Amino acid sequence: MNRTLSRLFEGYALMLGKAPAKPTEADFSQEARDLLAFKKTPEQRALRKATIKHEREHPETSTKWRNRRWASILVVNLLFVLSFWLDLQLIEGALTASRVFGFHMADLNSALQVTLAFKTVLINLVIGTSTVIIVYVLLGGRTFCSWVCPYHLLSELGEMLHLKLVEKGLVKDHPLHRGTRTFVFVAFAVLAFATGYTIFETISPVGILSRALTYGTVVGLVWVGALLLIEVFYSRRFWCRYICPIGLTYGMTGGVAPVRVFYDAQFCMHEGKCREVCLVPHVLDMTKLGYGKDVAHGIGPDCTRCGMCLDVCPTGALTFNVQGFTRPATNRRTEQQPS
Amino acid sequence: MSEKQDIPAAETAAPRKSLSRAELERRQLLRSIAIGSGVVCASMLGFFKTKFASAAPHLRPPGAIDEDRFLAACIKCGQCVQVCPVQAIKLSDIQDGLGVGVPYVDARAQACDFSCDAVQCVLACPTGALTHKLDKKEQTRMGVAELVEPSLCLARQGKGFKGKARGADYKGKLRYPEVDRWKPKPVADHPYDLDLCDLCVRQCPIPGAISLQAMADDATGKRKTPVVNQSCVGCGVCEMICPTEPAAIRIVPRVSGRHSS
Repeated sequence: MNRTLSRLFEGYALMLGKAPAKPTEADFSQEARDLLAFKKTPEQRALRKATIKHEREHPETSTKWRNRRWASILVVNLLFVLSFWLDLQLIEGALTASRVFGFHMADLNSALQVTLAFKTVLINLVIGTSTVIIVYVLLGGRTFCSWVCPYHLLSELGEMLHLKLVEKGLVKDHPLHRGTRTFVFVAFAVLAFATGYTIFETISPVGILSRALTYGTVVGLVWVGALLLIEVFYSRRFWCRYICPIGLTYGMTGGVAPVRVFYDAQFCMHEGKCREVCLVPHVLDMTKLGYGKDVAHGIGPDCTRCGMCLDVCPTGALTFNVQGFTRPATNRRTEQQPS
Repeated sequence: MSEKQDIPAAETAAPRKSLSRAELERRQLLRSIAIGSGVVCASMLGFFKTKFASAAPHLRPPGAIDEDRFLAACIKCGQCVQVCPVQAIKLSDIQDGLGVGVPYVDARAQACDFSCDAVQCVLACPTGALTHKLDKKEQTRMGVAELVEPSLCLARQGKGFKGKARGADYKGKLRYPEVDRWKPKPVADHPYDLDLCDLCVRQCPIPGAISLQAMADDATGKRKTPVVNQSCVGCGVCEMICPTEPAAIRIVPRVSGRHSS
């Protein structure tokens, strides 16, 4: 029980900006200690090295989860657009607030900004955010980011370009401190309260994009374009990684989500491909050899459930699972033994 | 090999003359402070338009509460835009600063003619930025009509009007109850033939808000002048339908004294 709680707090601390720390000897569970000792034997090292070499020569990268996710982003945003253009009336409004089949939904950060600026608790926003919170408490808060947010999709395309340019040595990534996002979140909350205006909405690429798609307010896309330029030429995924208070707000709801990415060290070769593609690699710190306190881990609240790590993981050490509905790891192990 | 891979790229990939870890961290911190503050400052530019640039205030949809409170309460979702039967409501873009994504009415292009009867935008608003206390069109307080170009007014010159009020290419719609009570119709499809132009009075959706009165200095009794009465809500139909260019009558938007939240 204490282990579960401390892992939960650790997850939130990481999300707020704490650097992941290497566990001390006392942190490991007995199983993890045994597994680590086993993995550090010369035979296992040699075997892993050979397997990784083979894997690098015959890389198998899937786009299964990426395709599903992109489809989800496109469908949700298209429903917003068509609900207005064709009068479908399925999802009316924008990502800041909407009615889905007539039910209120409100973006958590937008609702927070309005509540702080207006200094009134609005019943419709309470209803709207409660619905949204229930959804994301179950799915994991930042699922919004990678499965709904239209900026995420653009940012992903920008990232592809960025990585190409990095590979050619034309640009260099400039990582920021992850605590920046916490600072930005607090700054915008304080500003909304102090000024009485929803200051963050002025620059929120999510709201700007969502409204541009549905209502044709396209001048704001200049700002979105500027953010993308920074991401391509200066700092990889800087908005989603280090700045976006919307992402942090959703992340807050995701600590105990039953739907999660699940890591099982038994299958892991510690090759590190997952951390290379991850938007928030600190959540995958336990995939380094000697960093996993337990054999099996649910990934923390900052994880966007994008599935990119699943797509690159050659061994199936990373999977999606629903807590309480998953077959025991031993069963999977026998299935996934290399033939 | 595998263990080497475990060190994050950022730590191994140092520039040619490998900088110390402390120096890298110092640079990262400076970068973070610069970009983090930069983003916050960029958002503050929104104040410039709202507070300092002397732009004419926008006409807001029916039920809008006082401007400052309105900008705070509006969640910028555009649900009011979606329900308007004549598409009178538009959303501001980023050049409107803090008003980004906030609805407004460009009355000359398309006024709010209350075609929906029940003030649908008010019902659609999830936050009460359009006050939920409003249920009749007569209660709205968007602004007040004003005869800003009296010399252009056709009625004041004793002139009639024949033809399409805003020309053949005009896109705006109006509800003509005598034609179809439920379906607004393009103004361009509804030509007039009037001995004395009284379009602003004729099309006003609020009973008694505007009337034509004889001009005191006119012996013939033909020339008349529009007089705006207290019941005017500022919906903008008079501005929309006025056939002169520019419109002789225009709405002066209210920014305060609209509705309490």
